[in-house]
Amino acid sequence: MSPASLSRPLTATLAMLLVGGILALDLALAGAPDLFTAPSAIALGSGAAPEGAHCSGN
Amino acid sequence: MLLQRASVLLIALGFTAFAFIMAGPRAGLLVMVGLGFGLVLEGLRFGFAGPWRMIITDRDGRGLIAQLIAIALVALVAFPLMAANPGELVGAHAPVGVAMILGAFVFGVMMQLVMGCGSGTLVNAGSGNLVGLIALIGFIGGSFAGTLHLGWWTGLGSLPVISAQGALGAQLGLIATLAGLALVAAVTLSRAAPGKRMPPARLWIAAGLIAALALANLVIAGQPWGIVYGLGLWGAKLAQAGGADLAASAFWAADGNAARLSASILTDVTSLTNIGLLIGAFAVMRWRAAPGAQTQALTPLSYLAVLGAALVLGYSARLAFGCNVGAFFSGISTGSLHGWVWLVAAFAGSILGIRLRPTVLRPAAAQGAYA
Repeated sequence: MSPASLSRPLTATLAMLLVGGILALDLALAGAPDLFTAPSAIALGSGAAPEGAHCSGN
Repeated sequence: MLLQRASVLLIALGFTAFAFIMAGPRAGLLVMVGLGFGLVLEGLRFGFAGPWRMIITDRDGRGLIAQLIAIALVALVAFPLMAANPGELVGAHAPVGVAMILGAFVFGVMMQLVMGCGSGTLVNAGSGNLVGLIALIGFIGGSFAGTLHLGWWTGLGSLPVISAQGALGAQLGLIATLAGLALVAAVTLSRAAPGKRMPPARLWIAAGLIAALALANLVIAGQPWGIVYGLGLWGAKLAQAGGADLAASAFWAADGNAARLSASILTDVTSLTNIGLLIGAFAVMRWRAAPGAQTQALTPLSYLAVLGAALVLGYSARLAFGCNVGAFFSGISTGSLHGWVWLVAAFAGSILGIRLRPTVLRPAAAQGAYA
């Protein structure tokens, strides 16, 4: 298959499948999140410190 | 066409509902924010790497001015919001160091070769750009590899974390940040050619929407918009699935990162917005009556070069404590000095990257310049 034959919809679908595959693999290995420990809907006003990781952290 | 658009809506709303049900309301909201980013970035053609190239090669400053407007709008709200809620909201603050500067410079070079930064890579892949898809694969691998060596690189020397708020206080820090943005805007306007200075309405709207979404990200997640961490985490997940023992990695053994590694991707802030962004870009491309032509085919060696450049892109983003989004956009808009240093270093790298493009990206057939 040459690059020229990869249409935009097909390429985009491959990208979606790539990310979907990673997500499915992760769900299979790490399991579903525990909803009882899920953070409040919005951090602002929650009284809790942010727990998420960011690229600016090390 | 109606069926196609209905399926696009189903995918977008379906994944939002999936995240909401599986990981709670915050996850659902963050996917929606990511979707918004994807819709705006692809739908209104707001980007980062492209406008930097345009000011360098075409003296077209409109896209860069739009970026500065968006950053200023976020700063105007984020500074007082973070000052009033220090326990709940944090900025994208990171130390300036040797590796950070080198990483930003190299990132600037590579993002011009793969024609996308962190968000751009996701948008390009989601909208069906083949170079973007290859870049996404490389970026995931590179940003993970960067985590494995981050300790060594940061050991080369770095300053303490310096923020505008910490140095000057929230009010003066905001004024200094806005003054800095005005200075960069003035330099851009002086460099830009007549008729290529003021952004068109499309970019004004996009800047306002991107700013609103970035603030929503901050309010919902408690932290600014980021890209790189999520992609590195995906790489770590794949490595772990392949049998790698990441407990020996200082980065992944650290408390917060170990928790992210053992938990579902659906609990990771940047992963959620990244996935949303990808779906948003996909939705825009599929919504259009005509999806547009694929980018011009390159030689096999050039595709290999794109993959290599994307690996280095991801690796350098990790060393630089972020990409255009996490370091430049979110860093500056929340007061981090490293965002400003990142801007200078990555812009210098972009100048070199643009010069390298014709050598590295060779069309498969002589059908004109690469778009």
